[in-house]
Amino acid sequence: MQRKFRMAALSAAVVSALALAGCTAATTTEPAAGGCEPSDGPVNLTYAAWWPGADEVVALWNEQNPDVQVEFQTGPNGNSGTYQNFFNQITAGNAPDLGQIEYDALPSFRVQDGLENIAACGDILAAGDQFVDWTWSQTTFGEADAVYAIPQDSGPIAMYYRADLFEAAGIPVPTTWDEYAAAAAQIKALGSFITNFPKTDVNWFAGMVWQNGGQWFTNNGADWSVDLTSEKSLEVADYWQGLLDRQEVSTLASFSDEWNASFNTGQQWTWISAVWGAGTIRSGAPDTSGKWAVALMPQWNAGDNAAGNWGGSSTAVLKGSKHPYEAAQFALWLNTDPAALELANELGGLYPASKDGANLPVFLAEQEFYGGQKIYEVFAEASAQVIPDFVWGPSMTQTYTDVSDGFGAVIGGAGTLADALATGTEKTIAALTALSIPVAQ
Amino acid sequence: MLIMGVFTLYFLIPIWWLLVSSTKTQGEFTTTAPLIFTADAIPTFINNLGGLFAYNDNVFVKWILNSVLYAGAGALIGTVIAAMCGYALAKYGFRGREAVFNVVLSGVLVPATALALPLFLIFSQVGLTNTFWAVFLPSIVSPFGVYLARIYASSSVPDELLEAARLDGSSEVRTFFTVATRLMAPALVTIFLFQFVAIWNNFFLPLIMLRDPDLFPVTLGLYSWNSSIGQNPELRSFVVIGAFVSIVPLIIAFLSLQRFWSGGLAAGSIK
Repeated sequence: MQRKFRMAALSAAVVSALALAGCTAATTTEPAAGGCEPSDGPVNLTYAAWWPGADEVVALWNEQNPDVQVEFQTGPNGNSGTYQNFFNQITAGNAPDLGQIEYDALPSFRVQDGLENIAACGDILAAGDQFVDWTWSQTTFGEADAVYAIPQDSGPIAMYYRADLFEAAGIPVPTTWDEYAAAAAQIKALGSFITNFPKTDVNWFAGMVWQNGGQWFTNNGADWSVDLTSEKSLEVADYWQGLLDRQEVSTLASFSDEWNASFNTGQQWTWISAVWGAGTIRSGAPDTSGKWAVALMPQWNAGDNAAGNWGGSSTAVLKGSKHPYEAAQFALWLNTDPAALELANELGGLYPASKDGANLPVFLAEQEFYGGQKIYEVFAEASAQVIPDFVWGPSMTQTYTDVSDGFGAVIGGAGTLADALATGTEKTIAALTALSIPVAQ
Repeated sequence: MLIMGVFTLYFLIPIWWLLVSSTKTQGEFTTTAPLIFTADAIPTFINNLGGLFAYNDNVFVKWILNSVLYAGAGALIGTVIAAMCGYALAKYGFRGREAVFNVVLSGVLVPATALALPLFLIFSQVGLTNTFWAVFLPSIVSPFGVYLARIYASSSVPDELLEAARLDGSSEVRTFFTVATRLMAPALVTIFLFQFVAIWNNFFLPLIMLRDPDLFPVTLGLYSWNSSIGQNPELRSFVVIGAFVSIVPLIIAFLSLQRFWSGGLAAGSIK
């Protein structure tokens, strides 16, 4: 028996030694050698992404560029495993040349040195004008002479609402958050909800804070500061806490069957959501076709015009790519070429971060599901109103989990949204400290 | 009896749900009762099935075939290796035999998930990540299989029989394949089934190793679909019916091998 245990301990030690070897390899990744020059001869690239239809857009590029062939790779969405895979692969030195990375995950890759600076790769630096301002500042981190990714799509937020129900009830469509709260009370009296509070979509909540001009993270170049409970952030938290306390919003799990059903049966009158939500409602609530419309987000002060953003990703050149020049050119083509953007929208529902992309024919069409409204005109307007300097932290997955746990407790009747944000701040600071990321106290 | 009934129900309801849900259209998910068939269940089921198989150039069919290959071939080779290893440990006396056995046994204690990342780094060194071998090679070792084969061989293969075979001039290898494996059959079926199920359900290793969708096993494929339902709601019904289709081979494997099986499981318990 004694002996058996010793053997077990020995093999456990071997395993952990292997794991440790893996960790030390991480710190010895060599920096890429200077500049960014085109490679000689034909080039093969790999691109890993999970947006639907990416393979067909890659095929289009391969047809047009026989000398730079891109191999498409895929996996689950970023937070479900692909980001962790990217980190593993960067450590092992066999990461794909290009990867899809959402804006809120870019800082974690930047902090862990997972991205190539492609500013010097041809005319990349000058391409900034072609993208909506806030998306470009997400991929440059505000650094001079630095571009770490090319913006792909964005998720400007507006308000989807049941035009028919508002009209029948004689309730004016809210344009400010005060009016929204007033409408919520009236709708509650009619036995429905104005919307659903999504306890697990902390990035949605961040979008609300974003609209209010709040910040959760700041980075002065040396240290990170974390404050989820700034005045602007608390204003948003208190507002939704009020709606929750008065039970004027439902608390279903977002994107669940129940959630779809409550939209489909007219229980939900509005959804404050991103441009990609148009397809979500269309497929989740087919019986409500023709009854929806889209308006700009309610404002904190009448006459303001601010919007937030929910979602969207970029195409980054991952550390260790042997052909950063060609990779950068592919990324630029992918996110600016009209044919590529059109295909990406048709197959993947992507709403381009490129300014010209918003004028593609598909975005000028009337939408039958939305009562014939040209809803993308509203989103184009919202996109221009998104506050440009919102900063994501370097460990958003962890922050989301901790805040979402707190939000879940609030729904269960314990504490407030503000408490959850305060706990989120503490836990995020602890997590960053554990990762040796400098945090200003 | 009542407790068994309750637990049977508890385990069967999710499968029932899966079956019922795969006979519904996207719209019916949210509008009809979850555990009751709709009137047009059969045509919808066939329709869903057609959609699933056709989606994205029949990629789902590829995934199923990959899983069959990983699990079928992996379990077969894994069983042969485990049988040989267990037989050798049971029937040959050599220096360090117990040490070898204990090292193998300690492998049972290490969860496969914990080994995935080290394996990824090792496979990266030899340039085998994102290949068939990255998932296949780690699948053919089964420490539990070795353990079971040893226990079973020592109790069911009499030394006298091996001695007789040797006297008749049979080589060791031939004795193993013609005499020992026959006697060990119930244990081998058990090992095969366990290994088949383990590889079929293995998810973490392919998740870490593979990026080429043509190499995905069905578990990883369904997981990637499921993770992008938010962007591509059309996938919701494919994930459900895909999950249903993906358990069918397991059910077939169990039902067809069941009768060989019951003898094997208890074999180690009285030794």
